[in-house]
Amino acid sequence: MIARIVAPLIVGVAFLALWEAAVRHFAVPAYVLPGPVAIATALWDDGLGFLLPLGVTLKITFAALAAAVVLGGALGVLLAQSRWIELSFLPYAVALQVTPIVAIAPLIIIWIDDPFFAATICAWIVAFFPIVSNTTLGLRSADRNLADLFRLYRASRWQTLRYLKLPTALPYFFAGVRISGGLALIGAVVAEFVAGTGGTETGLAFRILESGFRLQIPRMFAALFLLAVAGVAIYLVLGWIANLALRHWHESALPEER
Amino acid sequence: MPDPIVAVEAVEKRFASGTRALDRIDLNVHAGEFLTLLGPSGCGKSTLLRIIAGLTPPSQGQVRRSGLDGRTDTAFVFQDPTLMPWATVATNVALPLALTRVAADETERRTREAIMRVGLTGFERAHPRELSGGMRMRASIARALVARPKLLLMDEPFAALDEITRFRLNEELLTLWQDQGLTIVFVTHSVFEAAFMSSRIAVMSARPGRIVADLKAPYGYPRGPALRLSTEYAAFCRDLSEALIGAVAA
Repeated sequence: MIARIVAPLIVGVAFLALWEAAVRHFAVPAYVLPGPVAIATALWDDGLGFLLPLGVTLKITFAALAAAVVLGGALGVLLAQSRWIELSFLPYAVALQVTPIVAIAPLIIIWIDDPFFAATICAWIVAFFPIVSNTTLGLRSADRNLADLFRLYRASRWQTLRYLKLPTALPYFFAGVRISGGLALIGAVVAEFVAGTGGTETGLAFRILESGFRLQIPRMFAALFLLAVAGVAIYLVLGWIANLALRHWHESALPEER
Repeated sequence: MPDPIVAVEAVEKRFASGTRALDRIDLNVHAGEFLTLLGPSGCGKSTLLRIIAGLTPPSQGQVRRSGLDGRTDTAFVFQDPTLMPWATVATNVALPLALTRVAADETERRTREAIMRVGLTGFERAHPRELSGGMRMRASIARALVARPKLLLMDEPFAALDEITRFRLNEELLTLWQDQGLTIVFVTHSVFEAAFMSSRIAVMSARPGRIVADLKAPYGYPRGPALRLSTEYAAFCRDLSEALIGAVAA
């Protein structure tokens, strides 16, 4: 526990102190690199101005992540059903994954009027692939002897999926979700950047753009800081959920003592 | 002699890699037998067991089974306990019943009974990783017995256990075999285990596997720890060792 909380805290505080000291010592202007104190002040002074956009960005992130979990999980199950299905669909899933989202985002924003929906789709495209590939891998990783046992008892395809393959795939699936959580946030931010002003509700990315245009660099850093905090929080929460689901049996979720 | 429940007829097995695993095996398994396949590592005895189970098709020849058409008539115990790590002991043991859709109250009753028979009462809600190797194997045997199979196939089930646990499980398995009127085909590379457990032993040669000797145990049942110290046991172990050494040299 000490190692988990105190150690990174010491590193963080030392880093911020060094940063502040350097900015003061070399008299770096705030529009080039503000110190942590200036950033904290900006964050404090404009609290609501950050919280509402943070809410918007998180809403897009979670909507995209939820869609990625449902559709990614379903596609993973579908792909694992037969080699033919996998070979037919996988290249397109990969193509969607490797095409830079910045390049597709403008198209999606043109096609879809609702900015929230458009941004969610962008974030979903980035987020869904790790879930698909991990779920497929997990479904194919069932213990061979157990699979034989299911065959011996003439288990149906559905029974094998429900009692053997899905539980086996669960840790893989959660590993995918954990990666996707961070990716969904990145996707949401990228979509907001591309959309520019878009709509009445604006997210943190727009706050960053706006602050950049007005040379309010401390505000820009404050928004960046909030994004980073949100990313870490998402990662931790998803990890916590995975641990909760796997705590009885999977190596990754077991206490270290033995 | 009554018709065998499993008749292996001129079975050969050649793997895709070209390896010849089994060479013309003829073997009958009779109801109520404790038949052991004894042979050196890699002689194809596990392959033969899988062919008997119907898990691997033979390249040549056939296996005829009689009275083993039900979904739970044949059970298999692997060298690893092969339990589902995410499920409790009770859920693991109940698996064959769940797969064949046995009613809930019946499942509960039979699961409890099977767990009791292998001495795991009190561990129903434990997960496999909380159990010792011997207890995991007990759970695996309970799972095999829960649906009351006629034929139990066991692939070196005790090979990974320490000697003391292994001796104890040997005796417990014999008790279960006699109580339930089971037929067991047991694979091992241990002469001592084969001599202690079996009513009949088929000794197999090194790859490609052939049956080179078919011996009946010179003593009956019940068998207890005293048997391991007796001269008849020692003599039978010597006979088996001779057959095994001959099979490896041939």
